[in-house]
Amino acid sequence: MRKLRKLSAFHAISLIALLSMVITACVPATAPGGAPAAATPAAAAEAGSKVLKILYWQAPTILNPHQATGTKDFDAASVILEPLARYSEKDELIPYLAAEIPTLENGGVAKDGLSVTWKLKTGVKWSDGSDFTADDVVFTYTYCSTKETACVNTANYDPIKTVEAVDPNTVKITWKETNPDPYVSFVSYTGMIIQKKQFEKCAGATAITDKDCQAANLAPIGTGAYKLKEFKPGDVVTYVRNEAYRDVANVYFDTVEIKGGGDATSAARAVCETGEVDYAWNLQVQKAVLEPILAAGKCDAVAGGSFGVERLELNFSNPDPALGDKRSEPDQPHPAFSDLRVRQAINKAIDRKAIADQLYGPTGSPTCNIMVSPVAVNSPNTKCDRDVEGAKKLLDEAGWTVGSDGIREKDGKKLELLYQTSINPLRQGEQAIIKANLAEVGITANLKSVDAGVFFGGDPGNPDTLNKFYADLQMFTNSPSSPVAIGYLSGWLCSKVDSAENKWQAGNDQRYCNKDFDALYAKFVSELDPAKSNELAIQLNDFLINDVAVIPLINRVTPSGKLKNLEGPTYNTFDSNLWNIATWKRN
Amino acid sequence: MSQYILRRVLISIPTLLVISFIIFAVLALAPGDPLAQFAVNPAIPESTRQLIRQQLGIDQPWHIRYVKWVIAMFQGNWGFSFQTKAPVIDLIWQRLPQTLQVVGVAYILAILLAIPIGIISAVRQYSFFDQVATFFAFIGFSVPSFFTGLLLMLVFAIGLHWFPIVYSSTLEITNWSSFVLQIRQMTLPVAVLVVQQTAALTRFMRSSMLDNLPLEYVRTARAKGLAERVVVLRHVVTNSLIPVVTLIALGIPTIFAGAIITENLFRVNGLGQLLITAIQNSDTPVVMALTFIFAVLTVTFNLVADVLYGVLDPRVRYN
Repeated sequence: MRKLRKLSAFHAISLIALLSMVITACVPATAPGGAPAAATPAAAAEAGSKVLKILYWQAPTILNPHQATGTKDFDAASVILEPLARYSEKDELIPYLAAEIPTLENGGVAKDGLSVTWKLKTGVKWSDGSDFTADDVVFTYTYCSTKETACVNTANYDPIKTVEAVDPNTVKITWKETNPDPYVSFVSYTGMIIQKKQFEKCAGATAITDKDCQAANLAPIGTGAYKLKEFKPGDVVTYVRNEAYRDVANVYFDTVEIKGGGDATSAARAVCETGEVDYAWNLQVQKAVLEPILAAGKCDAVAGGSFGVERLELNFSNPDPALGDKRSEPDQPHPAFSDLRVRQAINKAIDRKAIADQLYGPTGSPTCNIMVSPVAVNSPNTKCDRDVEGAKKLLDEAGWTVGSDGIREKDGKKLELLYQTSINPLRQGEQAIIKANLAEVGITANLKSVDAGVFFGGDPGNPDTLNKFYADLQMFTNSPSSPVAIGYLSGWLCSKVDSAENKWQAGNDQRYCNKDFDALYAKFVSELDPAKSNELAIQLNDFLINDVAVIPLINRVTPSGKLKNLEGPTYNTFDSNLWNIATWKRN
Repeated sequence: MSQYILRRVLISIPTLLVISFIIFAVLALAPGDPLAQFAVNPAIPESTRQLIRQQLGIDQPWHIRYVKWVIAMFQGNWGFSFQTKAPVIDLIWQRLPQTLQVVGVAYILAILLAIPIGIISAVRQYSFFDQVATFFAFIGFSVPSFFTGLLLMLVFAIGLHWFPIVYSSTLEITNWSSFVLQIRQMTLPVAVLVVQQTAALTRFMRSSMLDNLPLEYVRTARAKGLAERVVVLRHVVTNSLIPVVTLIALGIPTIFAGAIITENLFRVNGLGQLLITAIQNSDTPVVMALTFIFAVLTVTFNLVADVLYGVLDPRVRYN
């Protein structure tokens, strides 16, 4: 027995030793010791090497912007690739690969609105040394317009009939029909040009199934200030200066690194408190947490423009479950919201200022408009001050009288509303404030919160999506994708009303329908003059606000953080936050 | 013995199939959409999202997708990630070193700490040392890693600036100072994991020792006049280690599973972080591949533990 026991002891110990060896063998390069050394991460970089460290709490996973799965990917691609033009923080177009911005005045935009001609910069080279030509632009269109490619930016290339390379430095785009937004294609983060040589065989289903295309998606060749050095999808992208860049002399950093992962709060801490990184993207952090972090003094918050308008949507159809299949169908008018006075009363009851002060702080401000950006379309004509007495009066006039339990009722029906939104601490805070606001005027709001993936997911089989809108009120953020808000404003057209028939995919989830709005919209989309177009956009906004079709709450301006000595980062409404990374520098 | 192993291996095949089916079903039935991030992006309308769903093949019913997945699996094809649109296996190979480095080191440290602590705690039962060890073991047990992690981060990284909070996986160890940097950035995540794992192992070692100490053979050893040191280390410890070794073997798959919360908190790009982001983004091929690998490892190490038990303890025989 004793011998056996000795044997087992030997086995036990040798097993542990073996395990340790196996595991340590997998650990790369370890040296002995542990002497203290107070080297900072920055000091570890080679002497004289200028490194820009960017932190995203969502890690980039793919660098081909036409196969992107989120903003993180568009931004990471923006460091390498360029479109013809980009929007600046002032929502102005800046030529990138284009020599100039085509306009009606310079003849680039056709008077009939049926075509646009872009002049390209000459002598631009891809980072592999080959020439950038009009063929690359044409190819990008071919890539994105081939259905099987499943390009995420398809919508931006849909209005195009043809794209021709007139000569190596001229591209002519012909639209299917009169297009009031000549800059919808090849501009901003959705319009980045990919190299024909690299992606030639990737247009179509091969885009993600072919081995070479998979590799190209993770390592595109670009024309931008930096080129890819190393990419670990879902973790970190390292770029180095592109020596073939047209303005390489003015590129400050040798290396750019975008690290991903973690959470927004610690990202804010990494730039503002420990100073480990130079720039942290999208600090979507609650006010109470964010303000003290920003106050640490090492960083500046970069905020402005519009990240989108948080809005309260009213359902113009009846979501009563008793209706069965007819629930929230457009032919079932809402029992309360069909009356303008009820809608006005809800609008007046809401305390936007409290929401902004208590919940948003530096990340949002109250707004009365659903069109806030560019500044030229932000209507000066609207007002949305809180007026509790006025709200009560309107409800009285509408025949909704206060019952014995303090809840308003009409014809035996109580004014009880189901109010849904996505699960998000900020949104639950807003729900609580608005519920209290509505209770003050005698309206009961029953709160519901749905997982964001479901709420925004649009699955026709799921009852909790925002498109199905099986509730009276719902809340989320939305914004136009281009300064000419054609798609965005179409979300209130009669022809776009969501219903079972179109599988709730048409886009007008409120089921709002007004012939006068449709007529005004038709004028808007046929207007080619930018100034008049902006004027019409304001009219459309005012129409929706005066009719209380929708209740805008907050203009969100999610800040990014940058170290005080970093120069260059700006906010941006219609383009990537890294749109001007070529010019970032440290002072 | 070999017959026993063969039988166990054969049984594990249907087990793994059932596991993979359940995981796939759960993923398919759970709400979520790999394109959810685009839902609020007005530039990407539903029609485009539908196009992408077709491209990824997720417009098909889930049972068909499962059959396709199993067939591809048998051909050694793990599929491609919806996020990177590149082979899943590449992602896993990219992440494995970081996980082994951080979670593996933590596991070894935990073993090296837990065994002596457990021995001393048992030999000096109810002594001051034992009380302190018990106290910390229960803290390690009961305080979740997202709390210890944040606490350590706040105190040592943000307050004292001793350690970074952003783990850099591009750091190349070329000289002394970069090695120190590597140690510094590993310290906090490793510490969090060590606290947790040591706690469990210590308790196990201690109770195993306490089981053995009052046994007859220990009294015999003492009666022979052996020094207490020899009695404990040569006789009691070796016997007490048998169940602990089994436990350690069973814990090895968890090294490969990574540490979801800790890795995410400290931005260690390991397998745990890969798994959680894949789950959040409904990246089914990645989740399937990872969970399936964990399942295989768990089944394998269960077998290894059982076999080891037989080797270490001759009283246990498999027939």
